[in-house]
Amino acid sequence: MRFMMLMIPGGYESAAPDAMPSAEAVQAMMKYNEELKKAGVLLALDGLHPPSSGARVSFKGGKPAVTDGPFPEVKEVLGGYWMIDVRSRAEAIEWARRCPASENEVIEIRQVHEMSDFPEDVQKAAEGFNELKG
Amino acid sequence: MTATGTIEAAAIEAVWRIEQPKLAARLTRYLRDVGLAEEIVQDAFLEALERWPRDGIPRNPAAWLTQVAKNRALDRLRRTTLIDGKHRELAIDLAELERETPDIEAALDEDIDDDLLRLIFTACHPVLPAEQRTALTLRLLGGLATPEIARAFLVPEATVAQRIVRAKRALRDAAIPFETPRGAERRERLAAVLEVVYLIFNEGYVPTAGPDWLRADLCGEALRLSRSLTALMPEEPEVLGLVALMELNASRFAARTDKAGDPILLLDQDRSRWNWSLVRRGLDGLNRAMALTPAPGPYLLQAMIAACHARAVTAADTDWIAIAAYYQALALAAPSPIVEINRAVAVGMAFGPAQGLAIADALKDEPRLKGSHLLPTVRGDLLEKLGQIAAARAEFHRAAEMTGNARERALLLARADSLPGKTRDSRSAP
Repeated sequence: MRFMMLMIPGGYESAAPDAMPSAEAVQAMMKYNEELKKAGVLLALDGLHPPSSGARVSFKGGKPAVTDGPFPEVKEVLGGYWMIDVRSRAEAIEWARRCPASENEVIEIRQVHEMSDFPEDVQKAAEGFNELKG
Repeated sequence: MTATGTIEAAAIEAVWRIEQPKLAARLTRYLRDVGLAEEIVQDAFLEALERWPRDGIPRNPAAWLTQVAKNRALDRLRRTTLIDGKHRELAIDLAELERETPDIEAALDEDIDDDLLRLIFTACHPVLPAEQRTALTLRLLGGLATPEIARAFLVPEATVAQRIVRAKRALRDAAIPFETPRGAERRERLAAVLEVVYLIFNEGYVPTAGPDWLRADLCGEALRLSRSLTALMPEEPEVLGLVALMELNASRFAARTDKAGDPILLLDQDRSRWNWSLVRRGLDGLNRAMALTPAPGPYLLQAMIAACHARAVTAADTDWIAIAAYYQALALAAPSPIVEINRAVAVGMAFGPAQGLAIADALKDEPRLKGSHLLPTVRGDLLEKLGQIAAARAEFHRAAEMTGNARERALLLARADSLPGKTRDSRSAP
């Protein structure tokens, strides 16, 4: 089963647009990423630029409105993610426990929907969903 | 069991899944005995099951388990060295084990890649029959328990237990060295490793009776094993080729059967039901593999064929000329009657049924196809396309008699019945 491990670094919501992690932090994280790969569980991973260089599109009143980052009211933002393929939720949690994260970081673990999770009518509505991902 | 207890058990099992192969690999290097190493790993986990629910999971479970296993191994070795003079040579390893840095955490990463590779090469050694190799690999590298392996292969637990015991004994009796082979031997042994991984995958992939979920799990196990192999041997095109082949095959999982469980042939599948994330991973891996070698091996060639199907937006877009060429290369690299049958189909699609039939007809006296419904099925299909309806019908009937699968038999008889009536039979193409 696939899980997404979502990295939520405290303070990233207000980080400068050009904020970069230190070389040491990246080095430790690379070692961890290699462990994931050697265990055969790593499918994908990416890091995200801070939200100060991003934008939000909201739909109040049914009309899209664009706000440029940073977003003062937002307390938690994503810094990156891993997609892993493991045998159980407990295994996903155990991998997250091993991440060389700093004190202000949180990892959220979320299982990825499989087509077979959906009832038949939802599956029908989602027809072609897999194709989109090519 | 309390809720906390349940959580702890799942957490400990997760640690076991992650740590078991590494621990088994390290201990086998010291003890030169897969069986003994595995026993000690089991002992260490039993101790964890006893102590962790009470004391909590240690901050570094790998270091904790390694320390416990190391102590147990030293105890065992001291005892056997005293009892049995034959174990004297092990004293050297014993000394190494004792000397080993007390800083377990630092030592954990050392050589672990080599140890893991050695463990894979040992568990998949050609001296063992295929069924023993698969059982031992799932046990040592997948961390699967005997009942899980038994359920996956639809055989009694006692059978699996016996296979594992025999495999461990055979490795010890044959004095198989715990090593990563080099040169020509490496290629041969790697072929055995890949064969085991592909066997495990196909055991989960080919639809037969049984509890479906666990067999699908076997595909996952094979994919994880092979992804792990690519991390350990990133320069082996055949390893990358096998992963790509399995990712591409697995991408079609949801489209392969209808609601009644009847198989849907590749060309009739609803391609929107394919898992396109897996397709993309398969194609990426294939590109990396092809950049590594000018002469693709059997798995890479099969992945290239699977990729031709994956790249076709509709079945009609399939590049059959390329597929026929890859089958020809495959027939040279790994000749087999099954490859020839597939080549007959591909050539028939690419260059016309008469050309395909010529290849199929050359297989008529092939002893390995006696009793298989594949050849008459393919001949029936090609004869139908040539308008030789009566001959085609006879071949479909023959194939229906030969298959052991009831769903397939029904499908073949339906095909025979759907052919035009005898009176309309003619030799002219439709």
